[in-house]
Amino acid sequence: MIPGAFEYHRPASVAEAAGLLSQLGDDARVLAGGHSLIPMMKLRMADLSHLVDLQDLDEMKGIKITVSSVTIGAMVTQHELIADDALAAAVPIIREAALQIADPQVRYVGTIGGNVANGDPGNDMPGLMQCLNATYEVQGTEASRMINAREFYESAYFTAREEEEILTRIHIPRPAGGTGYAYEKQKRKIGDYATAAAAVLVGGGEASVAMTNLSDTPVWSQDAGKALASGDVEGCVAAVMGAIDPADDMRGPVEFKKHVAGMILRRAIDRALSRAS
Amino acid sequence: MNDQTLTPEERAANLKGMGSSRKRVEDVRFTQGKGNYVDDIKLDGMLFGDFVRSPYAHARVVSINAEEALKVPGVLAVITAKDLEPLGLHWMPTLAGDKQMVLADGKVLFQGQEVAFVVAEDRYAAADGVELVEVEYEELPVIVDPFEALQSDVVLREDLDPAADGAHGPRKHHNHIFTWEQGDKDATEAVLAEADVVVEEMVYYHRTHPCPLETCGSVASMDKVTGKLTLWGTFQAPHAVRTVASLISGIAEHNIRVISPDIGGGFGNKVGVYPGYICSIVASIVTGKPVKWVEDRMDNLMSTAFARDYWMQGKIAATKEGKITGLWCHTTADHGGFDACADPTKFPAGFMNICTGSYDIPVAYLAVDGVYTNKAPGGVAYRCSFRVTEAAYFIERMIEVLAIKLNMDAAELRRINFIKADQFPYQSALGWEYDSGDYHTAWDKALKAVDYEGLRKEQAQQLEDFKAGKTRKLMGIGLTHFTEIVGAGPVKNCDILGLGMFDSCEIRIHPTGSAIARLGTISQGQGHATTFAQIIASEIGLPADDITLEEGDTDTAPYGLGTYGSRSTPVAGAATAMAARKIRAKAQMIAAYLLEVHDDDVEFDVDRFVVKGAPERFKTMKEIAFAAYNQAIPGLEPGLEAVSYYDPPNMTYPFGAYICVVDIDVDTGETDIRSFYALDDCGTRINPMIIEGQVHGGLTEALAIAMGQEIAYDEMGNHKTATLMDFFIPTSWETPTYVTDHTTTPSPHHPIGAKGVGESPNVGGVPCFSNAVHDAFRPFGLTQSHMPHDHWRVWKTARELGLHA
Ligand SMILES: Cc1cc2nc3c(=O)[nH]c(=O)nc-3n(C[C@H](O)[C@H](O)[C@H](O)COP(=O)(O)OP(=O)(O)OC[C@H]3O[C@@H](n4cnc5c(N)ncnc54)[C@H](O)[C@@H]3O)c2cc1C
Repeated sequence: MIPGAFEYHRPASVAEAAGLLSQLGDDARVLAGGHSLIPMMKLRMADLSHLVDLQDLDEMKGIKITVSSVTIGAMVTQHELIADDALAAAVPIIREAALQIADPQVRYVGTIGGNVANGDPGNDMPGLMQCLNATYEVQGTEASRMINAREFYESAYFTAREEEEILTRIHIPRPAGGTGYAYEKQKRKIGDYATAAAAVLVGGGEASVAMTNLSDTPVWSQDAGKALASGDVEGCVAAVMGAIDPADDMRGPVEFKKHVAGMILRRAIDRALSRAS
Repeated sequence: MNDQTLTPEERAANLKGMGSSRKRVEDVRFTQGKGNYVDDIKLDGMLFGDFVRSPYAHARVVSINAEEALKVPGVLAVITAKDLEPLGLHWMPTLAGDKQMVLADGKVLFQGQEVAFVVAEDRYAAADGVELVEVEYEELPVIVDPFEALQSDVVLREDLDPAADGAHGPRKHHNHIFTWEQGDKDATEAVLAEADVVVEEMVYYHRTHPCPLETCGSVASMDKVTGKLTLWGTFQAPHAVRTVASLISGIAEHNIRVISPDIGGGFGNKVGVYPGYICSIVASIVTGKPVKWVEDRMDNLMSTAFARDYWMQGKIAATKEGKITGLWCHTTADHGGFDACADPTKFPAGFMNICTGSYDIPVAYLAVDGVYTNKAPGGVAYRCSFRVTEAAYFIERMIEVLAIKLNMDAAELRRINFIKADQFPYQSALGWEYDSGDYHTAWDKALKAVDYEGLRKEQAQQLEDFKAGKTRKLMGIGLTHFTEIVGAGPVKNCDILGLGMFDSCEIRIHPTGSAIARLGTISQGQGHATTFAQIIASEIGLPADDITLEEGDTDTAPYGLGTYGSRSTPVAGAATAMAARKIRAKAQMIAAYLLEVHDDDVEFDVDRFVVKGAPERFKTMKEIAFAAYNQAIPGLEPGLEAVSYYDPPNMTYPFGAYICVVDIDVDTGETDIRSFYALDDCGTRINPMIIEGQVHGGLTEALAIAMGQEIAYDEMGNHKTATLMDFFIPTSWETPTYVTDHTTTPSPHHPIGAKGVGESPNVGGVPCFSNAVHDAFRPFGLTQSHMPHDHWRVWKTARELGLHA
């Protein structure tokens, strides 16, 4: 559990960071909270020569809330997401989900940007962001561009982000008032990734459903959302079951995970419906 | 100088002796991060060693090329078996009479096995070196199933002569290690043949790992000028390590100093001898510099001592009324690639023959077959006395299976079979003499405390609701009454590698009435410095706060066999009391002299000797201590100290009654421990708070084992649970609230009547949690399912019972 040698960089601006990435190429990686990246380096599964630490980039911190949207800096920690009362009022499902991520120690340093940028199918935020129809703002050495969360994930650890791009901000449209929500997650213990997790928003004739750790990317199903919006719970579940593709691991075999996914989804739907007004 | 207005009770309270919930003196440093563990040791010029480990479970090592590794700046040496061979150190003896490769000698037998030792200036360079050592392997067929091993043509241990006996007698097959038989086979089979009722079941206790917070490690420092080797390490038995190190290295024993500093949990993981210890010593001798080796978590989970992995086939015979008439058990024990179990020499399956449990079973038979497979070696007593957890799990499952067959309440079935209080000392069918017990009293107290009848009613109601579709949750009630056997042990029976299992204590009283005591044991978190001072305080009347306790340095501590198997209090605790009594006897003579009366005319009174019939005439222990050093007393040597080496006449037999309630979600397999009640009887209670802490910790480890913790391999022998993401360690979140209780049945043969408690909660806890899960499914026809009861296995049980319609 000892990483290989690397150079450490601590740029003072996003532009400088992006410049470093394009200059150093493949051998460089940005470092946010480090709680996904550093374990991989210690296992020598990631062998990097340069770490570009984003810790000093104030432009990537902070949460802004307007009437129609929420903008979250990529370097906002999961703990900060939980602690922000205004955010909890505007998009309550974020706090509910963040509280189910890892443990307090991890949440104090792990960031939302690192969580969504990593492309780890086990991470909870990507599915949640798809459910919320969030947009990621990424910046390379040129002008920044926007990528919808639902189009971001290609396969495990592969995303639409270019190597030299930095994810700076996440833009989330505020769900209409009275939207019911729920984030349900089954896990073996505190600090564990999901056996199955479901994010559900429903209300005002609309619905959105996304699942976590049941495929090599998060699973957002348009059909499931449509079905649920029309009040067809069975159709929603069927659409999700058709879309997931879990792999077996120490949490259990595929058959078990599929069954649990259905249970967790139903629970999330029940709870979201009970909160919709 | 002593306040005469204090009552004897007040004076006793001031001593903080036995019975006082004195706060742990160790915690001052532990809670401030000021402990001193092996990895805290830093010596001038210290080097660091790290292992190249096998990625294969079974393979030939064709070649090892260290050229590139040696080019890494800071890498000084790469040691292989070839380098150790001239010293005779490429293999080492195991505690079980087998031998184990220190570094791969031609082949590897488990994934993670040590292949080469890279020595570097720091651990970073060592890790870089490890990456660059090129090892060429030729894969061999892998066997991870012990039953298959006994059929297979594949020879795992090519170094052993298949025709020759092993350390424990004849071997039946090239992958067989030993057969160990206890009890009366013919008589037991006769009873089984004629019994009203016989149940048979395979009870599997899965492979797990003690996984202490601190992993294993050592620092070896060979001083070439003095010829002295100092070895710091995570040793649960430092003196034994010194003797064994001397015997295998040829270094004279007085030139070896072994030090166990603070140890961050052992649970049996730190009893054995590991290749890392040997390699750090050799590397220090070769380089002339201190060399440190410390495992990381994956090393620890993959290579140093696992626990359990017992397949226990059982048969139990009973009358129609439920009186047990006989017990039969055949165990297939998976020992991995080398037999490195930590058991007393004469007990290759430990004390598995305590498997008649708390019950009066007239005849019994036990046979254990040890088997080699391509898994890591070990088989240590993970928070239990040797194999006692396996035995308790076996009998407590068999009782439940019998209750199902008889359609009886399992609490009642236990009650009618308990050994009765007036049967102690009790001779068990498998050869033990239980010292004392009162099982009925404990059981009734436990059932009453949890309102057992009320619970059963509630459970019946919930079952009805379940069947009516009103809930998807089932309620299970877990029962366990366990009997342990701890405190090894009489030297006539118990030795490890020929070293007798006595223990020791040396006490020195200082002139001002404070003291230092040293023991042959070593605390790994049990709080010895707190409790043993309390024994001395009560025995000689000096405040526990004025007594320093030291363990773990073989240059200063008296010889002893260390701490595991709950033996510290039964053995070293007894030695402590006996040494204190020697001091008290001398103090009595000094007091009599000072008071100008005959020795027999003074008597001990809490913290002083008083003249019989004249309590106003006394000498306090503090006054006596001062006089012992500074006053010429005719016929007495100056000084006040004593040492005791204690060879216990018998083991002690703690017991307990545990009851828990679990709620099970049949759709997701999630479980929730609603309540847990633990009644422990460990004889005389020295520090109730420490006992409670030990019970909480042991129950939490039991929860882990029963509900999720396992060492799993795939069929290629790949280790699947080498990180704490997959190896379950409960956090406070998963840990239920425990209710603790006790009865007190002192051990008749122990000087203070104490029995040892640290391991009881693991021994009793595992069957209790497991029985609760089984009990929830009993109405649907479940008799036996395998631990750990993680979500998917519980779900699978529900599915197989048709509960997911
Ligand atoms: C014990 C443990 C349990 C955990 N359990 C969970 C869990 O239950 N659910 C869950 O969702 N997560 C879990 N995690 C992961 C945790 O939430 C991580 O902190 C998070 O996934 C990554 O955030 P980070 O800030 O630590 O990113 P880092 O580890 O610093 O980075 C992760 C990756 O993303 C890249 N990256 C980071 N920030 C950016 C950026 N702004 N732009 C572009 N690329 C970027 C990095 O280069 C790296 O490749 C767990 C972690 C641990 C150690």
